[in-house]
Amino acid sequence: MKLNGSQLAVKLLERQGIDLVAGIPGGANLPLYHALAEGSIRHVLVRHEQAAGFLAQGMARTTGRAAVCFATSGPGATNLLTAIADAKLDSIPVIAITGQVPGSFIGTDAFQEVDTYGLTLPITKHNFLVRRAAELPTIIPEAFRIALSGRPGPVVIDLPKDVQKETLELKEFPAPGRADPFPAPRAEELEAAARLIAAAERPLAYAGGGVIASGAAPELAAFCRKADIPAVVTLNGLGALPAGDPHFLGMLGMHGSRAVNAAVNGADLLIVLGARFDDRATGEIRSFAPQARILHIDVDRAELGKLRRPDVLMAANVKQALGALTELISVQHHADWRKEIAALRTNLPETVNGDPMHPVNLLRAVAALLPEEVILATDVGQHQMWAAQVFPVRRPRSFLSSGGLGTMGFGLPTALGAALANPECPVVLVTGDGSLLMNIQELATLAELDVNIKILLFNNGQLGLVRQQQELFYEKRYTASCFEGQPDFCAIARGFGIPAVKMEAFDGTALAAFFERPGPALLDLAVTGTENVYPMVPPGAGNMQAIYERSKA
Amino acid sequence: MEKPTTIIELEVENHPGVMSHITGLFSRRAFNLEAILCAPLNGGDVSRLYLLVNRDDRLEQIERQLEKLYDVKTVRVRDDFDHTVFDRIEELLVKG
Repeated sequence: MKLNGSQLAVKLLERQGIDLVAGIPGGANLPLYHALAEGSIRHVLVRHEQAAGFLAQGMARTTGRAAVCFATSGPGATNLLTAIADAKLDSIPVIAITGQVPGSFIGTDAFQEVDTYGLTLPITKHNFLVRRAAELPTIIPEAFRIALSGRPGPVVIDLPKDVQKETLELKEFPAPGRADPFPAPRAEELEAAARLIAAAERPLAYAGGGVIASGAAPELAAFCRKADIPAVVTLNGLGALPAGDPHFLGMLGMHGSRAVNAAVNGADLLIVLGARFDDRATGEIRSFAPQARILHIDVDRAELGKLRRPDVLMAANVKQALGALTELISVQHHADWRKEIAALRTNLPETVNGDPMHPVNLLRAVAALLPEEVILATDVGQHQMWAAQVFPVRRPRSFLSSGGLGTMGFGLPTALGAALANPECPVVLVTGDGSLLMNIQELATLAELDVNIKILLFNNGQLGLVRQQQELFYEKRYTASCFEGQPDFCAIARGFGIPAVKMEAFDGTALAAFFERPGPALLDLAVTGTENVYPMVPPGAGNMQAIYERSKA
Repeated sequence: MEKPTTIIELEVENHPGVMSHITGLFSRRAFNLEAILCAPLNGGDVSRLYLLVNRDDRLEQIERQLEKLYDVKTVRVRDDFDHTVFDRIEELLVKG
């Protein structure tokens, strides 16, 4: 069959099972858009390329399948960079296909020419610059294989316009790219791990995003039950073990509860599962889990020993390794250790605040109104940490948050992707006024798509987490953290065609009514600007040095 | 005193982006790279690289990160090499 590079690219995406692509057309990817109209793939026109990247992330984070976004050359590609870097740090399989100026123009500073290949080198798992259309049957399936295999991650395919238009004769389509099978966990490593577990008196599991990515949540629950081992999770590990599970302790780290961090501090064995000793989780690393031997299981061998030398390591798929390990170990009981942790929880209680408009109390009220099957997306800041602390995340892939990169503006476009990929599931976006403004233009896309996303805007008129750090660590000198003017968010939302309500004093009936209405809506919650997220481990300090209430001084 | 060094030997797919991926990895992860030598092997589809790096506790991390690069086929630390491979280059450089 005779077809051009664009038609071939679209066909190859269809054969990968792609049914939706987010993007923005421009000069250098018009042939691709021309071919898109001939196929079955639905296109979502976002209003900024960064949102195309996050929309793809929302699909990939909730389904585990690779998702695709398009952008044109130059500014289209540079606008995508933040979303690609975000996907790299959180190991999300996203494939970005960028238009590029024709091959004969590359290197001449042509209009809208930028070195996309060079720019995306350090923020992708791999990237390709396509030189001939005949390379596409190799490159596109390969991009999917790379994005999905081992530790997932983003792949960029830079596609010059002349390659998009180049015709070629193709005999048959290649097989779609799939994730490589994982090598089976090694018996001697499993046995060493089982011995370590059998010898431990105060074992603790520390579960990260790798548990979610590998689909190991059921295996984690079975493991914790059989070995009677409590588990703490990272921000991106929320959902690895359901909130409410008797072995679930909560989130560790900078804004983790004091009892959780104290449990880590007291553990004699830390079973690290699909996690990477991120500084927000460990605090000052030399004082992290000082008494613990380390069993580290991660699919990425480079993470084993990167920051903390494990006693036993397994470079393996967490789901397979944990499944095999659970079979190998015998039933255990750690009643004393569980009692010790229960005592920590009594002696180190959570900070309480009686104000019903405090975000923590609002989040609890919201959680009580929502069904179990809900997807929560957050932006980045205080609201994100409060949501991570108190929102009961019950299922994997249902808490979407920018962990590694911490990208403000992540929330709205990611929620859009989640809603499109899960049409039956309500989506709630927890955001702040600082974050929402960083991708507010996507309210236009939301209005068009008319999907069921409820936006909870914790509006404090501040860059709250910045203000908090300035209060605690920068002599209360609030440089550039308080907005001097504030837009009317309800008017903005309505201007985009989204119903909006403002709440200044707590009103449970209004809150319930907000969630009952079908379709998208925004709730502008006037919250105090001076609340801090507690506990907080000062940057660079150990996790046991958390500040947990405002000093009286 | 000079820092102890060692040589990492790589075999890589020979195409235009591969050197960028390798040097980019070293700069992004703040690994030290003292010298680099690269030449195509017989057919030209594969190249061999020699990287002169510090022998310190980051060596294992460098190896493992290099192993993850798509175009890198093999990574070997060649403690058995003396540095004559680079010394000869130095001779060449001195000649100008």
